Amino acid sequence: MGGTDAKDILHGLPKTPSLSLNQEKKSRPHKESHRKPDGISREVYALTGGVAPLMPSIDVNHLKRRPPPDEKVAWQWLPVKSSARKDDLQLYHWVRVVNDVPPTGDYSFAKYNKSVDVLKYTDDEYENHLTDPVWTKEETDQLFELCERFDLRFTVIADRFPLSRTIEELKDRYYSVTRALLRARAQSPAELANHPLIKEPYDMSRDRERKRALSMVLSQSRHQEKKDAEILAEAKRITEMRLAARRAAEPDVPANENIGSVSPSSNSQLPATAVAPSTLTMADYASTLASLRMLHVYLRTYGLEQMVQAASSAVGLRTIKRVEQTLQDLGVNLKPKVPTKTVCDEHLELRKEILTLLNLQKQLQYKESEGSSHREGTYAAMPDTPKDRVFASEPFSFGAERPIKKEQKRKGPGRQADTPSPAHKRPRKMKASDL
Amino acid sequence: MCRYLTHNWTVYVRGATNEDLGVVVKKVIFKLHPSFKTPTRVVDSPPFTLSECGWGEFKIDITIFFHADACDRKLQLSHLLKLNPDIYTGPQSPNVPVVTESYNEILFPDPLHSFLSRVYNHPAVHVSKLPLGFNLPPPGVADYNKIKKGHTKDHPLSPWFLKFSDADELFKLTATRHKVQADIAELKRQLLMVDAKPEQF
Repeated sequence: MGGTDAKDILHGLPKTPSLSLNQEKKSRPHKESHRKPDGISREVYALTGGVAPLMPSIDVNHLKRRPPPDEKVAWQWLPVKSSARKDDLQLYHWVRVVNDVPPTGDYSFAKYNKSVDVLKYTDDEYENHLTDPVWTKEETDQLFELCERFDLRFTVIADRFPLSRTIEELKDRYYSVTRALLRARAQSPAELANHPLIKEPYDMSRDRERKRALSMVLSQSRHQEKKDAEILAEAKRITEMRLAARRAAEPDVPANENIGSVSPSSNSQLPATAVAPSTLTMADYASTLASLRMLHVYLRTYGLEQMVQAASSAVGLRTIKRVEQTLQDLGVNLKPKVPTKTVCDEHLELRKEILTLLNLQKQLQYKESEGSSHREGTYAAMPDTPKDRVFASEPFSFGAERPIKKEQKRKGPGRQADTPSPAHKRPRKMKASDL
Repeated sequence: MCRYLTHNWTVYVRGATNEDLGVVVKKVIFKLHPSFKTPTRVVDSPPFTLSECGWGEFKIDITIFFHADACDRKLQLSHLLKLNPDIYTGPQSPNVPVVTESYNEILFPDPLHSFLSRVYNHPAVHVSKLPLGFNLPPPGVADYNKIKKGHTKDHPLSPWFLKFSDADELFKLTATRHKVQADIAELKRQLLMVDAKPEQF
């Protein structure tokens, strides 16, 4: 409506209220193309800018399919029979009647009334197979009654259960009872093997774990998401490099026997016998040494630089800076003043160990922040120089029994603790989570 | 103008134990500041030293060429010519040089057998280390070196200060490594403790 009206205004012509634009042909000769197409109203058509789409997106015939004129359609208020209802209640609603013939068949929505096959046990069966130290027969009966009524919707069942039980406990009881019943009633174990409840038995702790993990993922801050993505990418890279190293290490071993400075007591430079490096991989070494060999001659300081670079390729710039800062703090020259073979080897090993140290620190920080999001209490952790770490232990933890309703409300706004980025050495602010 | 030639200086590439590098090195080209006449100076026989006089400090590019059987490629280094001491302790004496040496090792990763057999027994090649850049040899240096030569170990390092630093640096490195390893062990222990804490809701 905006398009054509605007055009009207611009041309100073009176707005035509009628649907057909063809009325005033002589005053709007160029508007003949703006014929309202059949099937859609003028307003809707004008939404497209008053121009027909280049490609027909909707077949116009589908839009307003008028019933064939020979049919007589009426709407009648009629009683309705639904297979979904088990009682005798007679309901009425409007029914589309064509040519005086009311529609036959079941109520169209009855097919959606699905229910679960909840097993019913006899008292004998209960005595023989289903007793449990924690559950009374009464409770179990109540549970099963609720399960049937609510089609195994455990959140509702948990809400209605007269005694306070967690969802996982209810699930556990229901599934173990059903499993035991199935086993007891089965003629042979074979027919049970494919039953989903037997094949994959409900595991209460796994369920808890799963829910915890889900809530963690949901409540992750964007910051943590990024970090997790980084770490996963890192892990992927490292595994790929390890694979490449395994392939690279074999052909490299015989060639490296020739490597060595001209000094006779120097051994092969390839640390093929080195203890498995923590973050550096054999691929790093192998490829660096290969490229060094290509030079035919090089300085040991240059060689060390290349090895250090290879070691740092798997980590970020920030970590590299931290390693160098650590070296300085410990009073070690960033570039050895007397780069003999042993000095360079030791230097490289030291750098690797510092990397390991920094990684462990980061891990520890993670674990703490993870832990704090599930436990109450506050504690301050001060990420500091590699030498010291200070933390107080958590004051208390949750009790085993928890009211059922609380579980659904666990995700409060102030739950999560901030995770600090490793580069900012400031104490983390912990917020007490609210129960 | 003589009053601008305030310093005599020498730049050199020498064996760390003052052995003859000519067994491996064919020639050394020192590239001086363009203000010098013919700044590209070729020294094609050992000892590979170059002496000049001037007042300026600048970066000297050093290119080392090896004998054909040693290596077909050249090696580039550089050295910052230092004429004045870091700490001013009074006017400089012409007899006390300002010494700036840097230690390095030249590595031939894939030496030819012919080369190895030729040089294997040569004292210079045993060590293959070269400190460079030294303004004026202090008067007693040669004697000192002779004395030092008597104390050859498996990898002798003749300039006195380099010898000390190697041990110092190694000591420092291994001590630091031990400390870092201890820190790592401690952190691992703490991580285990954090893991061991039961998850409670």
